[in-house]
Amino acid sequence: MAKITYYTHDSKTHTIDVQNGLTVMEGAVQNDIPGIDADCGGGMACATCHVYVKEDWLVKLPTKEDGEEDMLDMAYEPKQNSRLSCQLIVSDELDGLEVTIPEKQA
Amino acid sequence: MNKTDVLIIGAGPTGLFSAHQLGIIGLQCEIVDNLDKAGGQCIELYPDKPIYDIPAVPECTGEELTNNLLEQIKPFNVKFHLNERVEELKKVEKRWHVKTSGNQKFDVAAIIIAGGVGSFEPRKFPVKECEKFEGSSLFYSIKDKTIFNDKTISIFGGGDSALDWAIELSNTSKVNLIHRREGFSGAESSVQKVKELNDQGKLNLYTKYQMESVIGDNQIGSVKIKHDEGETKKLQSDYVLGFFGLIMQLGPILKWGLNINKKTVEVNTENFETNVDGIFAIGDICSYPGKLKLILSGFHEGALAARGCFKYARPDEKLRFEFTTTSKAAQERLGVKK
Repeated sequence: MAKITYYTHDSKTHTIDVQNGLTVMEGAVQNDIPGIDADCGGGMACATCHVYVKEDWLVKLPTKEDGEEDMLDMAYEPKQNSRLSCQLIVSDELDGLEVTIPEKQA
Repeated sequence: MNKTDVLIIGAGPTGLFSAHQLGIIGLQCEIVDNLDKAGGQCIELYPDKPIYDIPAVPECTGEELTNNLLEQIKPFNVKFHLNERVEELKKVEKRWHVKTSGNQKFDVAAIIIAGGVGSFEPRKFPVKECEKFEGSSLFYSIKDKTIFNDKTISIFGGGDSALDWAIELSNTSKVNLIHRREGFSGAESSVQKVKELNDQGKLNLYTKYQMESVIGDNQIGSVKIKHDEGETKKLQSDYVLGFFGLIMQLGPILKWGLNINKKTVEVNTENFETNVDGIFAIGDICSYPGKLKLILSGFHEGALAARGCFKYARPDEKLRFEFTTTSKAAQERLGVKK
């Protein structure tokens, strides 16, 4: 279990306990946190679960596969701290992770 | 006016297989899709990637699956209307009249929506002012490349479309290629070619840059790009092209009075009909308790929806359940009867 904080575009903060094994994307979708579309359902095929990861977490997360970086080319306003939340699998190590959901996904 | 029994919206695997199921029970259908080819997400998102969970097919690519489905529906001579998006829907007595973006008109007894996650639309620049130039000096696809002759073009993106157009247009135009990182997702041979052209001064490559703004009155005059480190550059440009792939949008379907829940259409699980009589929804676009977004589920949904269409298309007839192995009628329709 990990506490994940999602900052949404309506300036709200949502801190949720997400079960290990789920993805950061699923944590948001299952808890009705707005702003993550996840059109492809978590297959790294659409870039609509794009989030910005709080800078100090960047190095602690597993590195991106090539496919993730390719998809981020398609994301709305990608930045250096961009990740696809479907590729971030929750574990105890992610406890305290903070992500910001972009203004929109497309 | 195209008059047929059923209109299928979406030529992905689910739409294609429902055409087969309609054909088997003796109903005619036509298929509309916004893309320029059949296959839907399988072709657009993962043509070369293997799929491992099609029953009795241990492994196939999205392209193979699509080609096999097209082969399977060949006997039914299904008419495709590609590059068309369904726009308007009107109930006329007991039939549906449908109009597409290209002004194609249909008169049908029932509609099967197999629209995936919506129709594919190009992803656009996040920069607001881009809208103003869209279609005149800023494009997300190219229809007539001759307008770029001897002009300066700034191309954004790092996939095959961006690379291929940068290479092609560098023959006749001054090309700037701008991409947000050093790596590209396009084919390695194209990346090498672009780098060669850059070294030879036949193209200007800017990596780790993104669009900051576009400047111009009626036409674009220049584009401002910003480096990851914050430095900006102003590039004189007559045209701007953006190639960021496609995004799926539900579009006009939202206005048809269907019960929509989280970008999906609610259906019953008996025949996958929506809350509107004669409109069915199958595949990724439909939702019901326990819904799995798998191709195999879409096939099942299509088989039942096809049979659900029967009472609208043949109100005076009764549908009898038959197997293709033994049904003479089905075999005649398939053209395999000895």
